[in-house]
Amino acid sequence: MSTYADPYASSRETTEGTVFSVTGGDWDSLVTEIGQAKEERVVVNMGPQHPSTHGVLRLVLELEGETVTEVRCGIGYLHTGIEKNIEFRNWTQATTFVTRMDYLAPLFNEAAYCLGVEKLLGITNDVPEKANVIRVMMMEFNRISSHMVALGTGALELGALSPMIFCFREREKVLDIFEFISGLRMNMAYIRPGGVAQDLPAGAVDKILATVKDLRHSFKDNEKLLVGNSIWMKRTEGIGYLDLAGATTLGVTGPVIRATGLPLDLRKIQPYSGYENYKFDVVTADTCDVYGRFLIRINELEQSLRIIEQCAVKLKSLEGAPVMVADKKIAWPAQLAIGADGMGNSLNHIREIMGTSMESLIHHFKLVTEGFRVPAGQVYSAVESPRGELGAHVVSDGGTRPYRVHFREPSFNNLQSTSAMCEGSMVADIIGAVASIDPVMGGVDR
Amino acid sequence: MAENQQGMFGAAGTGDTSGYGGLVRSTASAGSAQRPFGGYFDQVADDLERAYPDFADAIERVVVDRGELALHIKRERLVEVALILRDKLKFEMSMGVSGVHYPDDKDRELHAVYHLLSVTNNQRIRLEVSVPDTDPHIPSLVEVWAGSNWNERETFDMFGIIFDGHPGLTRILMPDDWQGHPQRKDYALGGIGIEYKGAVTPPPSDRRSYK
Amino acid sequence: MGLEEKLPSGIVLTSVEKLAGYMRKNSLWPATFGLACCAIEMMAAGAGRYDLARFGMEVFRASPRQADLMIVAGRVSNKMAPVLRQIYDQMAAPKWVIAMGACASSGGMFNNYAIVQGVDHVVPVDIYLPGCPPRPEMLMDAILKLHDQIYDEKLGPNREKVIKEVELAAMNAVPTHQLKGLLA
Repeated sequence: MSTYADPYASSRETTEGTVFSVTGGDWDSLVTEIGQAKEERVVVNMGPQHPSTHGVLRLVLELEGETVTEVRCGIGYLHTGIEKNIEFRNWTQATTFVTRMDYLAPLFNEAAYCLGVEKLLGITNDVPEKANVIRVMMMEFNRISSHMVALGTGALELGALSPMIFCFREREKVLDIFEFISGLRMNMAYIRPGGVAQDLPAGAVDKILATVKDLRHSFKDNEKLLVGNSIWMKRTEGIGYLDLAGATTLGVTGPVIRATGLPLDLRKIQPYSGYENYKFDVVTADTCDVYGRFLIRINELEQSLRIIEQCAVKLKSLEGAPVMVADKKIAWPAQLAIGADGMGNSLNHIREIMGTSMESLIHHFKLVTEGFRVPAGQVYSAVESPRGELGAHVVSDGGTRPYRVHFREPSFNNLQSTSAMCEGSMVADIIGAVASIDPVMGGVDR
Repeated sequence: MAENQQGMFGAAGTGDTSGYGGLVRSTASAGSAQRPFGGYFDQVADDLERAYPDFADAIERVVVDRGELALHIKRERLVEVALILRDKLKFEMSMGVSGVHYPDDKDRELHAVYHLLSVTNNQRIRLEVSVPDTDPHIPSLVEVWAGSNWNERETFDMFGIIFDGHPGLTRILMPDDWQGHPQRKDYALGGIGIEYKGAVTPPPSDRRSYK
Repeated sequence: MGLEEKLPSGIVLTSVEKLAGYMRKNSLWPATFGLACCAIEMMAAGAGRYDLARFGMEVFRASPRQADLMIVAGRVSNKMAPVLRQIYDQMAAPKWVIAMGACASSGGMFNNYAIVQGVDHVVPVDIYLPGCPPRPEMLMDAILKLHDQIYDEKLGPNREKVIKEVELAAMNAVPTHQLKGLLA
């Protein structure tokens, strides 16, 4: 090896022992140093930039040989100050910020926030039925795309390369639907307070039904790759064990707690946006390990497809129904449409405000520059995101800007359980456990 | 909540769209809600009273608003109330701590809001603790719900509320040597003006704002 | 090898430049530096539909020592900036940086205390790619433009000449803050 002294490869003494920074290519110098050290325990830093830690997550491990004795998570590498940024924006503009928190499930962030704002406004029952159906359908599609990333990257981190390509292939089909309906593949800011941003384009329902059929067929390929695969099962069974008591006290929700056998799903127990009208099952497992969570995610895909089919049937009969709340003092004025130069005010709307109705023009002006006012108070509204309970604590002081919006992110609370899951296991099992929690660091750090 | 709001604002319910008035608007803060609360809130309040005889002493205020029950608790009694809620009233899961900063609320500036979920009874409840800026200490609930650990660290990081009894209260989202607590209202947003060929777009905190 | 430094400017050096440029651009290995939403689009660019493997780039090297290209995909927070610099320093020359997305190019929509307003405050950037997030096709377009840049890179005495010219042009150019447009 070279004799060049790397400025970043170092070791230093701390109260916990010697800390080594390994940069690659200097393994033998590390081994010599460890051999000279008196202690058996080594502290290793799996830094924020790491292919297997699911984003910018830093894991500090204390190892005894290959066994992990202590795991600590370092987070905050993606802290964006979204919650503070929102305090300087309109209630509607905040949707575009909120959508970028948990970037794999943007519609859920928006839904939690908009449900909170609607609760504060008191218009929860005035949101039109078509808007609710579209919200449910888009959220279930988003659940599918999020689970695809979770399954694909989880498999990739454990060494299975093909599921990644397969899962991203299915995800692209879902992203095509998103692009068709909202104009964007990711971070769409489609769900707005009062309804959704724009109506479905022509031919949407047929395209949706065709995609559902396609996905159902493709999911079989994904299942065949990993379910029942003995290598996969050896890597995932018994790993990352977290039982019901641990999950409850740690506030863990989502597939992790459903893997302990508890059917905790907000869509069933505290339904929102009309979820009580759909027939679907809550998927649970009773093995409390990574394999159980993996099976839950695979089976939730089928349940989501069921819900989407029911939504499509409803949408067929709701042609021409409004997608925004009727109150003109709250509803985002323009029926947005996709034109030749992208998404913007529909021509009908421009014709109306410029030619016909002064009141519409004034509403448009006031709503876009000032925004609507939300009466003072605070609410907590929660949705069931692919990772667990995503809650928005929205505080208003009666003005046009949010006073404080705090998101109770499932990934943030779920990630706390890493220590409970991983201590005592091998280094390789940490990767599997973290992958099964499926943290999205944008949500963790906000 | 701000008691007196002044400055630029538009009209709600009137025809005034000028928005430049020197209007002064005062919002009265709500008092405590009276019985009956409605829904399952009465049952929760009754159970709490039965299990915790000093209930009336510990609860500063009860607010029932928009279908949600909020109990404002004195900080000294927080751990006791939390234990009773967890063990007797079956609120097994805590959804975490959320901090809110009300700079106008003298001696009650920092609020810590806890959301609890009871899976057995399918109920939600909110606990709120208010502390002054000069003495921002709240007892930690890590012993009651272990998941509060990171949430309390985050509230400390963002607001400066010190949770007594927390096993390791350090910064979690900001770098370890950061000064200040970002989400407080007296902490600047920190944006910079964007300049392009002579035109400047001010950062979001300096733009024209409607109250 | 240093061969390119020893060759005098002329037809041989030009041919070596072309060969080296061709080799470098056709097997550019990216370092995994996916941070936020743009990382997902980067992964989608590497997946089946928008295939990066046709440019020889599907091997995202985890170790920066083995990578040539750092695609900074996502918002860089103040806590992450030193890590970004450390990874950039560990890459061996020649190395290039693409700032993918609005947040990496300029801080994006997050103009606040937590986000570095453009990664060019931390590392030198070759290509800025706007978008929130940029589509995989946009990322590939940026990569192809970078390929053209790499193909045209000069070596040896030609390189020194180019560096001198660029420096002279920069010194004589109007400073950015004195450029005035219509709104000044």
